[in-house]
Amino acid sequence: MTLRRPARLPVRARAAVVAARVVSGAARRAGRHGSVIGGRVATMVDRRVLARLAAERTVVLVTGTNGKTTTTSMIARVLGGAGHEVATNHLGANMPDGITTALLDALASSAGTAGSGSVAVMEVDESYLGEVAAATDPRVIVLLNFSRDQLDRVGEVRTVARRVGDAVAAHPTARVVAFADDVLCAGAGFSAAAPLWVSSPSRWNGDAGVCPRCDGPVEHAGVRWACSACGLARPDGDWTLVEEGGTATVRGPDGTATTLDLQLPGHVNRLNATFALAVGAELGVEPAVAAGRLRDLAQVGGRYRTVTRPGGTTRLLLAKNPAGWAQVLDLLDEGPARPVVVAVNSREADGRDVSWLWDVEFERLARHPLVAAGERAADLSVRLAYAGVGHRLADDAVAATRDTVGDVDLVGNYTAFHDATRALT
Amino acid sequence: MSDARVATFPEGIPMSPVPTSPAGDAVDPVTVVLLLPEVLGTYGDAGNAAVLATRLRWRGIPARVLTVGWTDAVPADGDLYVLGGGEDAAQVLACDRLRDSIGLRRALDRGAPTLAVCAGLQVLGTSFTIADGTRVAGLGALDLETRPGGGPRRIGDVVADPLLEGLDGPLEGFENHGGLTELGPDAAPLARLREPARQGGAGNGPGGLEGAVSDRGHGNVVGTYLHGPVLARNPVLADLLLTRAVGELPPLVLPEGLPTATAERLRGRRRVCGDVRSGARRRAGA
Repeated sequence: MTLRRPARLPVRARAAVVAARVVSGAARRAGRHGSVIGGRVATMVDRRVLARLAAERTVVLVTGTNGKTTTTSMIARVLGGAGHEVATNHLGANMPDGITTALLDALASSAGTAGSGSVAVMEVDESYLGEVAAATDPRVIVLLNFSRDQLDRVGEVRTVARRVGDAVAAHPTARVVAFADDVLCAGAGFSAAAPLWVSSPSRWNGDAGVCPRCDGPVEHAGVRWACSACGLARPDGDWTLVEEGGTATVRGPDGTATTLDLQLPGHVNRLNATFALAVGAELGVEPAVAAGRLRDLAQVGGRYRTVTRPGGTTRLLLAKNPAGWAQVLDLLDEGPARPVVVAVNSREADGRDVSWLWDVEFERLARHPLVAAGERAADLSVRLAYAGVGHRLADDAVAATRDTVGDVDLVGNYTAFHDATRALT
Repeated sequence: MSDARVATFPEGIPMSPVPTSPAGDAVDPVTVVLLLPEVLGTYGDAGNAAVLATRLRWRGIPARVLTVGWTDAVPADGDLYVLGGGEDAAQVLACDRLRDSIGLRRALDRGAPTLAVCAGLQVLGTSFTIADGTRVAGLGALDLETRPGGGPRRIGDVVADPLLEGLDGPLEGFENHGGLTELGPDAAPLARLREPARQGGAGNGPGGLEGAVSDRGHGNVVGTYLHGPVLARNPVLADLLLTRAVGELPPLVLPEGLPTATAERLRGRRRVCGDVRSGARRRAGA
C-alpha cells in the first residue's frame, strides 16, 4: 500500500498516523474491521492526535441514545453532496479511538484534498461527548434523544444527559441542534445559548417524569411538557416535522416547507432527516437540496437493508431499547402485517439485563405472525405470553426467516442484529 | 375513588367474560394499583402489575391494572399495590409524593399485599440516604434503612433461596443498586443469596440477605432488589401475593398455542438459571 505523507501535521502526529496505518492494515488483512485499533495506536503515540486530525475540518458531532448512526449517515450525505470531502465514522465506532480511526482513514483516502472545505461528521457515544468535543472544537452538536439503555452498563440516563449538557456549555461557539420533545434532550440543549430546536411528536416519554433542571415533576399534555416546579417547558420547534395524509413536510425557521421522500421507512427516519436538513441549512445547504440527497439512501450499516432469499425477502431492523422499539413498532404499524422475527441477546454490548423487554409494547405486534429468537428467547417468550401475543420459539433468527414464506422483518438488539447482518452478507 | 386511569396494558390479553355471583351481579375486577410508573418504573417494573393481573385472568378472575400517575390520587381500596425502581432524583420525588398520600397510608395500614422493588423498597423503609448525603424519611411500611454503599454498584443476575413461608424453590432476578439496606427487628428477609461471593449482586448488603417482608400487621408488604421484572421471573412469588389478596387460587388455564417450555415457566416449573440445588432453604427470622 502507498503511504501518503500527511502534510501539515507535527512530527509526533505523523509518527502516530504511520503507526496507525501499519496496525490497522494488519488488522484488516487479518479479517477484522480495524475500526478502532488504528486510532488507539495513534493516540498512544500522540495523545493530541484527534485534535490535530480534526483541526482543519468543520466538525459535526451527533449524539443521543437512538438514531446516531443513521442521522450521522444522513448528515454526511447532505454535506458531502456539496463538493466537500466528508470524513465520517460509518462503521459506528463512536468512542474516541473509533473517531480517530475514521479521521485517519479519511486522511489516507483524501489524497491531500482535506483542507479548509472539508467536513467531519461523527457519531459520538453519549458518555464521550465531552472528551471528543474538547478535542475537535465542533461547529455543530446534534442531540437526538436520551432514554434508558443498558442501565447495567451505562448507568442513569439523567446523569448521562447532564454530562452532555456540561459538554454543550463548554463549547459556546458550537451551534446545538436538539430535540425539543424529549425532556432530557431539551434539558441538555438549554445549556446552549441559542439552540436550534427540532420538533415532532414522539411516542416514548418513559424517562421524562423528572425535570432535568430542578428534579421537580414534569407533566405532559399531548406533545407539550412542562415542569410544575421550575417551569422548564418544551421549547417551540425551529425545524418541525409535520405528517399529514401520507406526506411528510419539514418546516424550517424561515417558513420554508420541504417535502421528504425517503426510501428509509418510518417516522423515526423522517425525524432523523429533519435533523439532517437543520444541520445542512446551518452549514449552507438548502433544505430542498438536502432532501434530494437523502432520497436514495436505502440502508445504513445494514439497518433497514432488505435481503432477497428464496421465497421472499428479509428486512433487517435494529431495536435495542424501549425507545428504539417504540419507533420500530410505529414503522411496523405503517406496513402490512408481515411476519416478524424478534431476536434478543444479552451480551456485554447489549447489556446483561433484559427487564427492558417489559417497557416495550409488544402487544402492538398481535396482528403479525411472530417468532421469538436469540439467546434470551425464553424471556422474550414469557413477555409475549403475558402480552397475549401468539408466537413460536426458534433457536436461530436467520434460519427462522428462511422457514417463512414472503416478506419478513427481522428485528434484533445490538449483537443479535449484527449476527444476523453477518449471516446474511 | 379517584381520577386515576384504567390502564389497558397489557392490551393483547383477551378478557374473560365477567363472572357473576350466584345472585347474578357482576363481580368487581381485582384491582392491581401501579404507583407512579413515570418515576418508579426504570427496570420494566410495570411488568409486575401486568403479571399479577394476567395471572388472575388466566384463572378466570377478572382483574385490571390501575395506573396511578403523578397527579392521580392513590385509591385506598386497591387489592394489590406495586412500586418499581427509579433513579435517585425520581426516588426522592416519588417518596415526597407518596408520603402525603392518605390512600396509600390506609392501604398499607390495612395490610394490602404490596410489592416494592429496588427504589420502591427503599421508599417503603424508614429512611434512605442518597448519594449526596441527604437523608430522606421513608413511608415506614418496612422496618429497614438504606445508606449509600460506596464502591461500585451491585449489578448482576442473582439466585436466592427464599426465607418466606409459602415460597418454594429459589428466587432469581437482576440486581442494579448502589444502596446497602439494613433490616430492623420488625422486618424479616425475603431470601438469602446463594453463594453471594460468586454472584453479581449482593442482596441487601454484607451477609447476603435479600429483600424484606414486614413482620408487623399482616406481613403482606414484600420488598426486593430483584427485578427482571421479579414476578415474571418468579411466578411463585406472584401467586403468593395473589393468594394474600384473593385467597386460594383456581388452577391456571394458559392460552393455547404457547411454546411448551414457556408454558412450563409460566407455571413456575422451570427456571432460567441452572445450578439449582435443593435443601438449602432456611426459615425467616433465624
